Amino acid sequence: MGTSDGALRLRGVTVSLDGQPLIAGLSLDVAPGEVATVMGPSGSGKSTLLSWICGSVDPAFAIEGRIELDGHDITGTVPEARRVGILFQDDLLFPHLSVGENLAFGIPRGVGREERRKRVADALAEAELPGFEDRDPATLSGGQRARIALMRTLLAEPKALLLDEPFSKLDAALRDRVRRFVFDHATERGLPTLLVTHDPDDAAAADGPVLEIGEGGEVEARAAGEGPPVVRKAGTI
Amino acid sequence: MTMRWIAGLAAAFVLALTLPAGAQEKLDWQEVRNKAHGQEVFWNAWGGDERINAYIAWVGTRVKAEYGVTLRHVKLSDTAEAVRKVLAEKTAGRNEGGTVDLIWINGENFKAMKDQGLLFGPFAEQLPNFRYVDVENKPTTRLDFTVPTDGLEAPWGMAKLNFVYDSATLANPPRGIPAILAHAKANPGRVAYPAPPDFIGTTFLKQALYELVADPAVLQQPPGDNFDAVTGPLWAWLDELTPHLWRSGKIYPKNGPALIQMLDDGEVDFAISFYPAEASSAIASGKLPETARTFVLDRGTIGNTHFVAIPYNANASEGAMVVADFLMSPEAQARKENPEYWGDNTVLAMGKLDDAGRKLFDELPRGAATLAPEELGLTLPEPHPGWMTRIEKTWLSRYGS
Amino acid sequence: MLRWFPALTLVLFLGPVAAGLVGTWAPAFGYLPSLGGSGFSLDPWRQLLAEPGLGKSLALSLGTGFAATLISLAIVLGFLASCHGRRPVVLVRKLLAPLLAVPHVAVAIGFAFLASPSGWAARLVSPWLTGWDRPPDIATAPDPLGIALVCGLVLKEVPFLLLITLGALGQAPVDRTLAIARSLGYGPATAWAKTVLPLVWPQIRLPVFAVLAFSLSVVDMALVLAPGTPPPLAPRILRWFNDPELGRHFLAAAGASLQFLLVAGSIAVLYGGERLAARLGRRWIAAGGRGRSGRASRRAGMGAMLLVFAIGLAGILGMAIWSLARRWRWPDALPSAWTGDNWMRQAGALAWPGWTTVTVAVAAALIAIALVLGCLENEQRNGVTPGSRVLWLIYAPLLAPQIGFLFGVQVLFISAGLDGSWVALVWGHLLFVLPYVFLALADPWRRLDERYARTARCLGAAPDRVFWRIKLPMLLRPVLFALAVGFAVSVGEYLPTVFAGGGRFATLTTEAVSLASGGDRRVIGVYSFLQALLPWIGFMLAIGVPAWFYRQRRGMKVFAA
Repeated sequence: MGTSDGALRLRGVTVSLDGQPLIAGLSLDVAPGEVATVMGPSGSGKSTLLSWICGSVDPAFAIEGRIELDGHDITGTVPEARRVGILFQDDLLFPHLSVGENLAFGIPRGVGREERRKRVADALAEAELPGFEDRDPATLSGGQRARIALMRTLLAEPKALLLDEPFSKLDAALRDRVRRFVFDHATERGLPTLLVTHDPDDAAAADGPVLEIGEGGEVEARAAGEGPPVVRKAGTI
Repeated sequence: MTMRWIAGLAAAFVLALTLPAGAQEKLDWQEVRNKAHGQEVFWNAWGGDERINAYIAWVGTRVKAEYGVTLRHVKLSDTAEAVRKVLAEKTAGRNEGGTVDLIWINGENFKAMKDQGLLFGPFAEQLPNFRYVDVENKPTTRLDFTVPTDGLEAPWGMAKLNFVYDSATLANPPRGIPAILAHAKANPGRVAYPAPPDFIGTTFLKQALYELVADPAVLQQPPGDNFDAVTGPLWAWLDELTPHLWRSGKIYPKNGPALIQMLDDGEVDFAISFYPAEASSAIASGKLPETARTFVLDRGTIGNTHFVAIPYNANASEGAMVVADFLMSPEAQARKENPEYWGDNTVLAMGKLDDAGRKLFDELPRGAATLAPEELGLTLPEPHPGWMTRIEKTWLSRYGS
Repeated sequence: MLRWFPALTLVLFLGPVAAGLVGTWAPAFGYLPSLGGSGFSLDPWRQLLAEPGLGKSLALSLGTGFAATLISLAIVLGFLASCHGRRPVVLVRKLLAPLLAVPHVAVAIGFAFLASPSGWAARLVSPWLTGWDRPPDIATAPDPLGIALVCGLVLKEVPFLLLITLGALGQAPVDRTLAIARSLGYGPATAWAKTVLPLVWPQIRLPVFAVLAFSLSVVDMALVLAPGTPPPLAPRILRWFNDPELGRHFLAAAGASLQFLLVAGSIAVLYGGERLAARLGRRWIAAGGRGRSGRASRRAGMGAMLLVFAIGLAGILGMAIWSLARRWRWPDALPSAWTGDNWMRQAGALAWPGWTTVTVAVAAALIAIALVLGCLENEQRNGVTPGSRVLWLIYAPLLAPQIGFLFGVQVLFISAGLDGSWVALVWGHLLFVLPYVFLALADPWRRLDERYARTARCLGAAPDRVFWRIKLPMLLRPVLFALAVGFAVSVGEYLPTVFAGGGRFATLTTEAVSLASGGDRRVIGVYSFLQALLPWIGFMLAIGVPAWFYRQRRGMKVFAA
């Protein structure tokens, strides 16, 4: 078991579908507050990787490897106990709940009513949407919804954050602002964050390690920032 | 101990021999009422006539209020269904807790149940209201299609075959079986009768048989080898009639009420009924025009009594007896005779009623379309049930398939 | 616990069907100890073959069954092919639910009210147009050839097939496919038939088989619309089952087994026909004929469909009017005197069957929805992906003729001491409610974006909480819709009520059938209109409740069924 340093560690991850390897031997450390990026063409298994980390992967995929979070092996843990938050391309705000109820859904059970209300209000203030508790999520703009979705995830007090192309559906002007908002919050809370994208701008903004998944499933990694790509096959970082 | 028991048995046996049939054990009416309270009685009764259904529903509210009995009308399209159910239960060894508590019955169905030991009782003649029944002048209240009732069924109503027509469109209705054939020939498609085994349909066939047979007395005996010879004229008459029937005899109405509807629609010239006040009743409920009238056949028409019986394995025999008794009460009988509700004649003797009871009947409206008792003509007794069973079978193979 | 749901469902639901078949086939070969049949014998079959007019009954069943199925299918496909993407489809879609909700018997009665020689249709045009001052002596409903029965079945099966086909179309890339075909120069209807139909056929094939099986063995509609001398096979079997001569039971069982063979053989024939059509169709598609602009076919397709809807709805309207009539004599187009008395007078008589109808339907629908939800949830949680064979199992009670196994089910209930009980009645209904509830709910449930559930779980919610707080509320509308479907199916069941209820229970449907044989049209109108009304109320609630509940949630409109 590793140390309780708040990091997300993946060890020897292999994803295959019908015997075809999609990702072969990926290992990765994401430090608290760091945003690591996984890039690859569609169908390369990168979204599957995220589902696997949060514990809800389609059983059709055969996956080997290990996940450690904050020094604990969470590979076999049920999703709700992993404390891994995830954001998708779509905000996936529950359409039958109000904005406030959506946020409250994220707050762990056992927190008192008064306190829940306060946390929701604080989160709305943080998202610059104060007083939006009773609004229908369907009436919000795309940027507002994205912010609410992030706040909902953060209210669940995750220990790591997974981002599954969460900015790809936003228009260019909005994308940058939302991206900043998400990354700032993740960094501020010291969450190890894993971003899946095929937008190089996302990777650049993340300013962390970048892994590229190739045709045969090999993983090519770059260090944070600039520099030529260094190919490391099935190794460690 | 054993000796005393044997002696007691012998005494009981002697007592049973000396008492008239049906009175072996005196019915403790109070105890019956106590047991009946809270029981649910499933009454299997033909459900093809809405007015009769409404009358039964009224009985349900009355016995609920009076005796705490919940009455459920299980609507049958043929009484034989109930006979079959009880027989099936007996075959399956379900000798108590049966699903049928009371059956509206007479004729061949009664005979079938009686012959196979499927009936509870005797009980009928010990019911308190039986004392009002006109057993003297209405012998069919104890003799059902020539079969003695032996107290196994309680009389409920007096039926007599009659015909309903619209006097505005038909001046001279045919008053005989040959006349009906002539009418059909002259007016093709204007005559119809319900397909057996509907009881109006079978009674119409028996009526035809009565007028066509050389000696009607043979009908009082069970049919034997003489069946073909006796019924020959009936089939000849039907063969001649069928092509001129409504829909050329390819489709038959299902029952009596369907015929009433057809008469109102103008599809046929007359309908057939068992209830002398049918026409008045149908006018009152808006089913026939004010010009509807009744006619009977010159040589008389078949009349019978209909009853209620309790299966041997009834789950609520006490509740069923309470209902059977209520059905013979002056209140229930008077309402039944009222053409506004049903129009079926009573089984009671006016002379046996007290003033209050008689008053109920005196106040009944007669209805313009109802024949006075003297105009109703001769009442012919029902043939032995064996005729009905065999006529039904033969009819089905000749015209029904 | 959840893992047991599929097994429990299959036992509850296929157990009685299988036992019912055994309990029917055994007496067909002479084995029924309670009636003294203890050995193997072919006598029941000999008796059956000796029945007068058996050939006529069989011919009537086969003729009406195939005619109703093929005509219904032709109307639905012809309409969709010729009118795809046009306004009539939108209109028909809106009118679909009310017609779909009406029980078979009510449709049959409505049609008889309309089409009999003294019916509403003839009244509207007499005597000024037809010269009829009396209803003509023509057999229309019922008629000796069973044409009226075919019409009644078509009225009921067209909406069902339309619903299924529209559902299948919603899942296929229809618009793109059509656009490509049109750009290659194909006429609209031809393009639809050549490119879209092959796409959706696999999904409508089982429902078409179910329609055939139902049409071949329908009892309740036949009692109203089919000739009685002799009747088609299925109602005739019922008559034998009810015969006071208990020995006829063996004959009835043989008849029920014959009915089963008849349906199985007919499905095989239709299957063969489908194969042949597919082969010829492939050649036709490859031949490259482009078809015409399709105006004429559009008129025909639209006309036939609108006629079905118009007749169906007019029948219901006719029942409603009769229920309010005091005097309505031939040839008046409308009643000459109106009254609410028919309803008032029936109020007492309606209470018991009405109560039974509602409670049984609610119970059967609730149990069905619980079982279906359990199965679907199990499927998602445990990653079980059902194959297409499971669908055949679900359809089993719809493909096997009811009369072919319900008698055996009754025997099963009797030996369990359940006959004539409320439990047996609900169970009997469940057999037929469950498949429809499953068909109604499976697609919307599976289509729900699974990322909602994943998000919720990553927010710390356990699977049960996700089910109750997220999935169920989000799918409230399809769930209630499926509930309404189950309710409607139960309200309309005739034979299961007769067999499982042991005659101790009356529902609006059994009452309507027994009244329909003769009786007062005004009272029949009351019963059958009420029978049609109950499912409507169910559907209205299923649509209205979520709409009101989520009136502030625009996003929920997407989840409409």
